[in-house]
Amino acid sequence: MNARGSVGEHRERALRIALPVAVLALGLAVWELVVRSEGIPPYVLPAPDLVLRTLFADWTLLSHSLLVTLITTVEGFLLAAVGGIGLAVLFNQSRLVEYSLYPYAVILQVTPIVAVAPLLLIYLPQQAAVLACAWIVAFFPVLANTTLGLNSVDRNLADLFALHGASRGQVLWHLKLPSALPYMLGGLRIAGGLSLIGAVVAEIAAGSAGAGSGLAYRIAESGYRLNIPRMFAALLLLSLAGIVIFYLLSVISHLALRRWHESALDGEH
Amino acid sequence: MRTPPATIQSSPLVALRNVGKTFPNGIRALAGLDLDVRPGEFLALLGPSGCGKSTALRIIAGLSEPSEGAVEWPRAAAAAESESRIGFVFQEPTLMPWTNVFNNVLLPLKLKSEPAGKAAARVKAALDRVGLQSFDRAYPRELSGGMRMRVSIARALVTEPQLLLMDEPFAALDEITRFKLNDDLLQMWQALRTTVIFVTHSVFESVYLANRVVVMAARPGRVFSELSVDAPYPRNQDFRTSPAYAASCRRASAALAQAMAAGGEP
Repeated sequence: MNARGSVGEHRERALRIALPVAVLALGLAVWELVVRSEGIPPYVLPAPDLVLRTLFADWTLLSHSLLVTLITTVEGFLLAAVGGIGLAVLFNQSRLVEYSLYPYAVILQVTPIVAVAPLLLIYLPQQAAVLACAWIVAFFPVLANTTLGLNSVDRNLADLFALHGASRGQVLWHLKLPSALPYMLGGLRIAGGLSLIGAVVAEIAAGSAGAGSGLAYRIAESGYRLNIPRMFAALLLLSLAGIVIFYLLSVISHLALRRWHESALDGEH
Repeated sequence: MRTPPATIQSSPLVALRNVGKTFPNGIRALAGLDLDVRPGEFLALLGPSGCGKSTALRIIAGLSEPSEGAVEWPRAAAAAESESRIGFVFQEPTLMPWTNVFNNVLLPLKLKSEPAGKAAARVKAALDRVGLQSFDRAYPRELSGGMRMRVSIARALVTEPQLLLMDEPFAALDEITRFKLNDDLLQMWQALRTTVIFVTHSVFESVYLANRVVVMAARPGRVFSELSVDAPYPRNQDFRTSPAYAASCRRASAALAQAMAAGGEP
């Protein structure tokens, strides 16, 4: 029975990889076939092979842009992590600070970033504005999730800490932060994708101003020049960057939680 | 004139004087509760659910303030010191899931900033006591329910408390595990000569463990009656099947039935 279970598990895992790959291959084949048989010009819809060839041909330009966007994203993410966790701890320690600032955190979150970006570009140098956008979009899920985590402490454990005369700092460090860790990591996983979105939005908004060189700027610029294959190539890179960021953060989260948290357990335990 | 030693001997470790507790939602959990806890005794608080047993335990531990009356520690130099000498075992094992058994048992010592070397030796001794010496690196979720409860007991005993408070600690365990833990608990109690207050709703458990059973009635929670169980320790499987045990259980059951009748309708 055990052997059968593990064979089934292997099949399951193989299917989970094979099926999406098959869907991708099928989609690309249909795309390629339609473009060739209908004779669609590349400035309307480039075939997949042309997109790939453009990616290699323009690699020097595109890889530079990728690096610029990735650096902004990582910086925005790190600021969002520090800001989100820091604010959540501050709110948790002081109700007055929470009451004073929380509404503004919500306002920052609910105002569409696409509408804010042009304003930021007026008042900040471009690089700072792009970073600010990435931060605004990404910090809120970290703040909200960490706050939830800090408030989700086991009541009996809190009693135990009180019984042994724990100080505020001890409660925060040894009880609240570890309790909040799964929630925090969940927030960070969302923030990774969002900081990429924030960076892209700001680059697009800055695009007409012209000084940028990130991937989103490349997409906007290629659009003006009707260089559609390059638009697709840049889009492909952005999408891959998003996937890698999400996967990396998932792995980190799994490694941090695997020995204790329900979310990281296999079916066996 | 000096107080004779006999009086010191019999003065309670902790005493509840006319303690009442009314929750903010208006529910009266306790009213006029008087209870003397004698040093070294194994006291069982037996009662139906809702009779305020757990509330009384939390008040003794200082986790909850009484609305009326007082908790007195006649023998302790200072109340603050006495509070630090309490061990508490909850209904659930209540372990920190993010760290291993060693660090869970270490927690009370760490919060008191005890030097690491000395603390490690005490943790090791506590784990030896509950028979988990080789599980110090395991995480709580890797242990069975009974083993988790043993870790919880080791953590409560690591500070060598004067008073061990236990709030229905074995209620969620299967009977085989519960019997084993009952026996081990009695052994530890005898070895450590600590005082135990054990809350339970099981007549059989209270009589097996305790040398004094206090029966509580509900609405509001108060002491209804008490009976002593004179059978000598160590108690074991022979005691569990003896006529004396059966007789004591019968008396406790009768007292509990009367208490429930007196407690009024929920």
